[in-house]
Amino acid sequence: MNDKKFQGLTCPIPISEYPRILLAHGGGGRLMHQLIDKIFAAAFAGPALETTHDGAILKVDAPRLAFTTDSYVVDPIFFPGGDIGKLAVDGTVNDLAMCGARPKYLSAGFIIEEGFSMDSLWKIALSMKEAADQAKVSIVTGDTKVVEKGRGHGLFINTAGIGIIEHNLTIAPSSVQPGDAIIINGDIGRHGMAIMASREGLAFETTIESDCAPLAATVMMLLEKGINVHCLRDLTRGGLAASLVEIASTSKHHITIEESKILVCDQVRGACEILGFDPIYVANEGRMVIFVPKKDAGKVIDILHGKSHWPEAAIIGKVSDKGSGIVTMKSIIGAERIIDMLSGEQLPRIC
Amino acid sequence: MKYIDEFRDPVAAARYVRQIARITTRNWTIMEVCGGQTHAILKSGIDQLLPKKVELLHGPGCPVCVTPVELVDMAVTISSRPNTIFCSFGDMLRVPGSSKDLLSVRAEGGDVRTVYAPTDTIKIAKENPEKEVVFFGIGFETTAPANASLVYQAKQLNIRNLSILMAQVLIPPAMEAILSGAENNVQGFLAAGHVCSVVGYDDYEKIVAEYKIPIVVTGFEPIDILQGIYMTIAQLEEGRAEVENQYRRAVRREGNLEAKKIISEVFTVIDRKWRGLGVIPKSGLALKDKYREFDAARRFRLEGLCADESTECISGLILKGKKKPFECSVFGTRCTPEHPLGATMVSSEGACAAYYRYRKTGPESLGDKMG
Amino acid sequence: MCLAVPGKIVSIESDDALMRLGKVSFGGVLKEINLTLVPEAGIGNYVLVHAGFAISSVNEEEANQTFEYLRQIEELGNSEDKES
Repeated sequence: MNDKKFQGLTCPIPISEYPRILLAHGGGGRLMHQLIDKIFAAAFAGPALETTHDGAILKVDAPRLAFTTDSYVVDPIFFPGGDIGKLAVDGTVNDLAMCGARPKYLSAGFIIEEGFSMDSLWKIALSMKEAADQAKVSIVTGDTKVVEKGRGHGLFINTAGIGIIEHNLTIAPSSVQPGDAIIINGDIGRHGMAIMASREGLAFETTIESDCAPLAATVMMLLEKGINVHCLRDLTRGGLAASLVEIASTSKHHITIEESKILVCDQVRGACEILGFDPIYVANEGRMVIFVPKKDAGKVIDILHGKSHWPEAAIIGKVSDKGSGIVTMKSIIGAERIIDMLSGEQLPRIC
Repeated sequence: MKYIDEFRDPVAAARYVRQIARITTRNWTIMEVCGGQTHAILKSGIDQLLPKKVELLHGPGCPVCVTPVELVDMAVTISSRPNTIFCSFGDMLRVPGSSKDLLSVRAEGGDVRTVYAPTDTIKIAKENPEKEVVFFGIGFETTAPANASLVYQAKQLNIRNLSILMAQVLIPPAMEAILSGAENNVQGFLAAGHVCSVVGYDDYEKIVAEYKIPIVVTGFEPIDILQGIYMTIAQLEEGRAEVENQYRRAVRREGNLEAKKIISEVFTVIDRKWRGLGVIPKSGLALKDKYREFDAARRFRLEGLCADESTECISGLILKGKKKPFECSVFGTRCTPEHPLGATMVSSEGACAAYYRYRKTGPESLGDKMG
Repeated sequence: MCLAVPGKIVSIESDDALMRLGKVSFGGVLKEINLTLVPEAGIGNYVLVHAGFAISSVNEEEANQTFEYLRQIEELGNSEDKES
């Protein structure tokens, strides 16, 4: 298959023939093979892609592998700044990168609701290909199921990912040490508020786009430059707060951050103020926290500001020696408060 | 953001904190009665910065928390009906009734939706003429004009499939109930600024005259609250008892006349039960006869529904400032934000929920907590 | 109660017998808000918004008063310290 840009190409399955997914497209027969061939194989083309066999055979040369799985159920499926496909690829790539692994191969399983638009499926497949190319990974195997109308929400995607670990570090909460600096690669709250803006009943006009982005290249660069990375965590649901609380509780160290150092762009702030949201609990899809020894913090910031193109990267806190397993934040006016996880999602409030 | 950032300035905050410390010579107990102020105080940590002589109490200022159990049960009953769309503010969805909350109803298939403005339900009602659309009308005086407008517009536009489940409460009667209680220890009040934006602050003059305590109308940003606390303590130290207005940029003595007009057009004052506090006379709003057809409790024949509150819950004592959350026998064990038993654990502004989240398990300060 | 946020009116969308609607900007995020209760507020003015309604206009001079008050009490404090 050629590798020219697919954007702008029309859906290979003629819309007039099959504008929408039918149950038969998941039935194991000709229609399913046509779907896989014309949509997925065409979009994900590559030497390792195996669409006719039960699995892909891969040659992997590494003493350690990282392996991850994830499922994507985002609603709306197309949102400002991305779609479920891009999210699926970037999210899986990021999970591998947080282990300090170089992502290599992804699987993609699709659960499609009967009636889903064929054109939308094509666009999502193209989007996944573009995201995979950007992250330098291949989608090598997958699965397709179709469920009856009403039994799915348009489209769900499940992924698994394999990455190779080319270093000897243990990048995990257990490696976090008192004195470590905590660095974030940018501002927070974009993804969650971009999704909120598209929700019925809360509509507001904004140009906020999801921050959905792959983080693997940045992590690889830090490792190549010899940074002794202790821990990484991508900030997804539950926001910055959830990730820090998990790390503090697992590592049993005390994490302290400063509210004034955490960047929130104007529109995310405005949207959070209207709904009564705290940005530290809002979802992100292209942000991570990096724990490194204090002496490496300056170098990390230089790398992030420079070649990695994260101009808003900043040190937001540190690990103290109190050993309490909790997270505290110094508020804007200088008082400390404990940060805990929320029970569930943030709900727009009136009080 | 203008009118927000400058009122969160750390330098001005530190200056106000210094002045408060300078004038405070004795122990003072001040209560605020607004969930928004509770939230602001705990989020910015103002309580950490005040001199130990100043005690801040969090009163019954959260309309979500004080909604009686039977009203939540009515909401659950209505939203469980077929062909019904139940709309509510987000923070009401997790409030438990006798057996379940609205989120559980949604999980079981009920059409329960979050709205930002009460008047958003008008569009929903127009788009779903074959369904009944019901709005959970909770709130203090601040929300009353929006809830009144919903009913007023529904009548003007002749929207027959829309109704409101009334849960409106008024703040000054609750303040009086606290002050008139036996062994009341509240010495000064921060009055809820946004309530006063709508209805003004004349109502507080008679409270001040009767109980001789200072009341300062206060805003919601850290600088507002610090200035409000300063003004209250200044009065207490000087032996004065007056109504003062800290939140002058948004509050006039007479309030918002247009808002008061629509409120008195649509609503009438009634006695109302508060979760944790019992019935407080003249503390609620009901629809006037002219608009009674839009009353959901009446439309769905649920008037007179009763429910019991948990016997273990001491939220009444907490709302009056008599006990602290950690003095409750089930705090943090059988009663948590995930399984709240009563008003003060139910929403994040409730004193118990806030104390749980900030790990206040005893009278020690946060500093002690962190070792 | 209650969450009310200051925003700037950027346009008036409709103005009939039943209601006056406009777009209000909160740090660049625009929301359609009911302005019926603040007939005195127009484009460029700041209003406090709660549950989809502007409930009050925000007075800039009075806003500055909070900081003027701080300056005054500090001066008072300084002169008292000097006397003692």
